[in-house]
Amino acid sequence: MFEGYSLAELGSIFAMQGFAGLILFSVFVLMALGLAIIFGQMGVINMAHGEFMILGAYVTYLCSNFISSTAPALFPAYFFIAMILAFVASGALGMLVEWGMIRFLYRRPLDTLLATWGLSLILQQVFRSVFGAREVGVVLPDWLMGSVAVTDTIEVPINGLFVMALTMGITAVIYAVMFRSRWGQGVRAVMQNRTMAGAVGINTEKVDRYTFGLGCGIAGVAGSAFTMVGSTGPTSGQLYIVDTFLVVVFGGAQSLVGTIASAFTISQAQSTMEFFLSGSTAKVLTLLTVVVILMLRPQGLFVLKVRR
Amino acid sequence: MTRNPQTGLLDRGLWRIDGDVVGILLLAALLVIVLPLGLDIFRLNMVGKYLTYAFVALGLVLCWGSAGILSLGQGIFFGIGGYCMAMFLKLEASSPEATKIQSTPGIPDFMDWNQLTALPWFWEPFHSLTFSIVAVVAVPALLAFIVGLAMFKRRVGGVYFAIITQAFAAILTILIVGQQGYTGGINGITDLRTLKGWDIRTDEAKLVLYFVNAALLIGCILLCLTVRRSKLGRILVALRDKEDRVRFSGYDVANFKIFVFCFAAALSAVGGAMFTLQVGFMSPSFVGIVPSIEMVIYCAVGGRLSLLGAVYGTLLVNWAKTMLSESFPELWLFAMGALFIGVVMVFPNGLAGLYQQYIAPRLRRPFVGRAKMPAAAAPIIPPHTAAD
Repeated sequence: MFEGYSLAELGSIFAMQGFAGLILFSVFVLMALGLAIIFGQMGVINMAHGEFMILGAYVTYLCSNFISSTAPALFPAYFFIAMILAFVASGALGMLVEWGMIRFLYRRPLDTLLATWGLSLILQQVFRSVFGAREVGVVLPDWLMGSVAVTDTIEVPINGLFVMALTMGITAVIYAVMFRSRWGQGVRAVMQNRTMAGAVGINTEKVDRYTFGLGCGIAGVAGSAFTMVGSTGPTSGQLYIVDTFLVVVFGGAQSLVGTIASAFTISQAQSTMEFFLSGSTAKVLTLLTVVVILMLRPQGLFVLKVRR
Repeated sequence: MTRNPQTGLLDRGLWRIDGDVVGILLLAALLVIVLPLGLDIFRLNMVGKYLTYAFVALGLVLCWGSAGILSLGQGIFFGIGGYCMAMFLKLEASSPEATKIQSTPGIPDFMDWNQLTALPWFWEPFHSLTFSIVAVVAVPALLAFIVGLAMFKRRVGGVYFAIITQAFAAILTILIVGQQGYTGGINGITDLRTLKGWDIRTDEAKLVLYFVNAALLIGCILLCLTVRRSKLGRILVALRDKEDRVRFSGYDVANFKIFVFCFAAALSAVGGAMFTLQVGFMSPSFVGIVPSIEMVIYCAVGGRLSLLGAVYGTLLVNWAKTMLSESFPELWLFAMGALFIGVVMVFPNGLAGLYQQYIAPRLRRPFVGRAKMPAAAAPIIPPHTAAD
């Protein structure tokens, strides 16, 4: 598959595809982070995660339309407002769902899977009824357009760079919240030993609700970032959900580092292979490799050692 | 018949006649007598199509209801069974005479469109009907065996198993859609005409196929009932409820799980093959993640613990789907979503559970005169323990 390319060309191809892979990586990481918190920490399978992401994307779309029509002066910065709104909207919906549905199902993980799948169908139809079946895209402000030429043959788009920077920022914030704050300590305590955490005075139900809300809120931010690199339709979320679950499981469900490492591996493998093989073959090979590795090492790449 | 000294119930013989068997006879009467008399051939063919999904639901009752293994990839096996049948029918439909306008006569039309000049090697054996029928059951069972062996021997179960089967469903769909020249791509294998010279598109053929399908379904229900009543069936329930205890009693838990997964796969594949025969095509839209999860809901609505419930659930959900999408296409996804949530949260034992709870006691009273329910009304929710 390499014949016909000179060494320099190959280098450029790898760099460009690597960068395309990094954008995919960013979307994976943002989606997987929320999922890793919900699945890894709480053991809940949220099949509607993709729809929470799409909710964020639609909020961004609405926000961009609203600001460009009412306050064009703010337009260059609309994305930051949209991101906060997306977080709040998805997070609030997430907390509502936890309160109305998930909290009755903690002991039946397979049933949460089915119930949240039902929720995802309903949300999809809501999106379709409200926004129409056509995909929508946002208008990027000028400063996000264009690309930076690194060398003669390598160019990187600015919106991709921005999404990557955003991903790193959000990851850092989540790390700080989960591992450096008192609240995160409470979350981890509840997940590791619910009874003891309750005994030392942590309100476990409240922690559950906020954790689920946080996971969904991050999905909303992921959707916000997703509008930078792709267009949004009612079923866009479903395209990513299985990939994201594989990312989380492959990384080792309870480890944030593992999630990031596996998102990196999977996205890089896929986008590099995509150039040389057809898109579908690349995807099949990537998924198959991941599944086979998971069969050999079911606990994932990184394992958090917890004494139970 | 002897009474069990502990429970006072009749001894659980493998072939005893009881409510289940009466229920199967009623279902058989409904499928073979009532529906053919009451419906025109178009609607009957539709019911036949729904019944092919009931094979999948039966498999899920054993795999998920009895043994607690939720597979979200039953569409894979349904699809493979269907594709095996479709490959045979397609080869018969693309004889050199019928395809002489193609640049390479004698190969299926979609291969010709994709510039293939020879039949791929894995299509060759499908010239034989015997091989195709064996392949319908054997290929999915073999795949299920490999997946099951890899997963269950390593004690992967629960949620992880569900996600991995789902990934397989995604992989197979992408593969089928991507390899257009070999599989017919997104359109699937269409334009199937005859089975050994017998035109399957006529109304008489559809009627015959409907009866074959119904008979196969009843046969499969009886087979599942036998499995559930045997010692094997009770071990499956035991490993669902307390896997470790079964393991400590000296059973190799993985082998039982592999068996039931393969069995469910083979059942789904039979359904897929009958689907192809009755509907006349097979496409990747019956393989992927969405149809696979939908198949789970058929089983869940009927009642994940009841074989007959699964059949009625399949019929009901599909009938509702057809009715709603004919008149209110917007509402269907809402209804489907509500069904998923409702069946999990409000009535986890589905129709069969409601029947056992409200109707069966009233029916039983005049005949038995004893309020004590037999063991069939057993557990409410399989207590799934943490998935690790």
